[in-house]
Amino acid sequence: MAEHLIHTIPSMPRVPKELERQPLVLHQRGFASITDAVAGIAEGKTPKWWWALFVPSVLLTGVCFAMIAYLISTGVGVWGLMIPVAWAWDITNFVFWIGIGHAGTLISAILFLLRQKWRTSINRAAEAMTIFAVMCAGIFPLIHVGRVWFAWWLFPLPNSNSIWPQFRSPLLWDVFAVSTYFTVSLLFWYMGLIPDLATLRDRAKTKIRQFCYGLFSLGWTGSNRHWSNYEKAYLLLAGLSTPLVLSVHSIVSFDFAVSQVPGWHTTIFPPYFVAGAIFSGFGMVLTLLIPLRSICHLEDIITTRHVELMGKVVLATGSIVGYAYGMEFFIAWYGGNPYELYAFKNRAFGPYWWAYWTMVSCNVICPQLFWFKKVRTSMVAVFIISIFVNIGMWFERFVIIVTSLHRDYLPANWAYFSPTFVDIWTFIGTFGLFLTLFLLFLRFLPLIAISEVKGVTPQADAHSPLGGAKHH
Amino acid sequence: MADTGAKYALLAEFENVSDVLHAAGSVRDAGYRNWDVFTPFPVHGMDEAMGLKKSPVGWFTFLGGATGFTCGMLMIWWMNAYDYPINVGGKPLFSPIFSFPVAYELTILLGAFGSLGGMMILNRLPRLHHPLFKSERFARVTNDKFFIAIEARDPKFNDVETRRLLETAGSRHVEEVRD
Repeated sequence: MAEHLIHTIPSMPRVPKELERQPLVLHQRGFASITDAVAGIAEGKTPKWWWALFVPSVLLTGVCFAMIAYLISTGVGVWGLMIPVAWAWDITNFVFWIGIGHAGTLISAILFLLRQKWRTSINRAAEAMTIFAVMCAGIFPLIHVGRVWFAWWLFPLPNSNSIWPQFRSPLLWDVFAVSTYFTVSLLFWYMGLIPDLATLRDRAKTKIRQFCYGLFSLGWTGSNRHWSNYEKAYLLLAGLSTPLVLSVHSIVSFDFAVSQVPGWHTTIFPPYFVAGAIFSGFGMVLTLLIPLRSICHLEDIITTRHVELMGKVVLATGSIVGYAYGMEFFIAWYGGNPYELYAFKNRAFGPYWWAYWTMVSCNVICPQLFWFKKVRTSMVAVFIISIFVNIGMWFERFVIIVTSLHRDYLPANWAYFSPTFVDIWTFIGTFGLFLTLFLLFLRFLPLIAISEVKGVTPQADAHSPLGGAKHH
Repeated sequence: MADTGAKYALLAEFENVSDVLHAAGSVRDAGYRNWDVFTPFPVHGMDEAMGLKKSPVGWFTFLGGATGFTCGMLMIWWMNAYDYPINVGGKPLFSPIFSFPVAYELTILLGAFGSLGGMMILNRLPRLHHPLFKSERFARVTNDKFFIAIEARDPKFNDVETRRLLETAGSRHVEEVRD
């Protein structure tokens, strides 16, 4: 709290200006002003920009489901995949979306355990992003099985063949990892929402709003006896979500690493996938929050400092990813396995060289600009780089999956994968679904954790003069 | 405020964190038992000021997690090694190694349900009604005001004494809430 005291108590020693910490909420906003700023967005008239985004998003969602209906009614032949490229955009999109979710959990759980107070301004929106991204991700494994009506065989449910799922398969681990991830993220998000739903309940003017927010806030009163249990449960959920998020992308990487395919059979995959997931997720958080903070006038709560810190996370994880790309090549050479070496040479210089170098440019080179404070604090620059990160991380999964598969052991089997319009529109359609859900969230729920942001302001500290402490 | 119903509590409003924290200390020292502090966010140091014990939510988490792990391991053994054994390349029918990822995920899943469920059980939530919701001023507890309510059923409760305690503790507005 020292940084706040400096401004209010003249007798405190001044630190040099460049070492001073930026406050997390600018302009010393009071509690009521924070409530108004956040809750106001979910109240009042629906703004025009919302409709301008919502209508196209819903249309795109419709396209997504139309494509899925076409796929199910016709068969997976409508996609561009074939033998040997039996996994293509479907699994690429799955890993892409699941990865995006990871930033939400990192922000909500890992940064909470690390006592990074700046997370409070962004954790709610990032967690919402996680949930919607996992929903988009979940579509792909479900529809790629071909006979979708048998997808329930993935779950340990009794069926007429009396046969059970095969628990040695990483694909089954994935089913458990992803469904647990979705459920736990939802629980964590909902629990965080309870006090803020109570705020909306207490401000509600119409009967419907009073009823809905009243119901979902579970009769929250802000009792300290409740807060005591609540904070413990929140800490425990953060403690559970941390190993969960690390395990989810590790298990996703097992889908590849446990197989024998050159280019996939690599022990570096789990940490490399987790770092990549966090990298891509922060890319998406920035893509969403930079326009949002200016449209919704939240610059005092999601400050330049928040954006800058996220830029640093992108730089760190992007560099880890870059290291992993390099290390893969080194091991391919050092390991002395000709198939492995071929797979990697083919990745960089084969028919898909353009995808590989797009990936490297977007993921390794582009984020290095974040070494410069000027870039990290320029909203336009961060926004553009965040888009490149999203593109690059989609290409990473495409490169891993398609370039490893398209040249089989027998040259007679070699093929070149190209997507069909169904591949392309299903993927674009998931962005529609994602945005539709995110816009609904913005419209009806508090997009910033109101009670948590209040808790990190200087007024919330009983020993700070702003919190009412008297000097003796 | 409705005048009907039995007297529920005296509700005192406070302007800032420091006042409510010190007031909570005085109420605790005065020996009240059926009372509570209401704040828009968890106030650091309030558990100590109120003299609360550590929250036992962790036991629910542990129970959930232990159930998840045990059930996960048992399920996999029963399905793949006992009920319908499948021999895959001569590998053992059951091993804690290949079962671990699924059992691990189930540990976390049920542990999370335990944490949220434990919080709700200990807090007696959901609850559709609370007498304090009858106070109009209390609506600001989720916004920017701080409250202390001392319930009428507390053995030490006394209209005059309790009101005086809350007022000396720094409350500018004390009101009676009826159920």
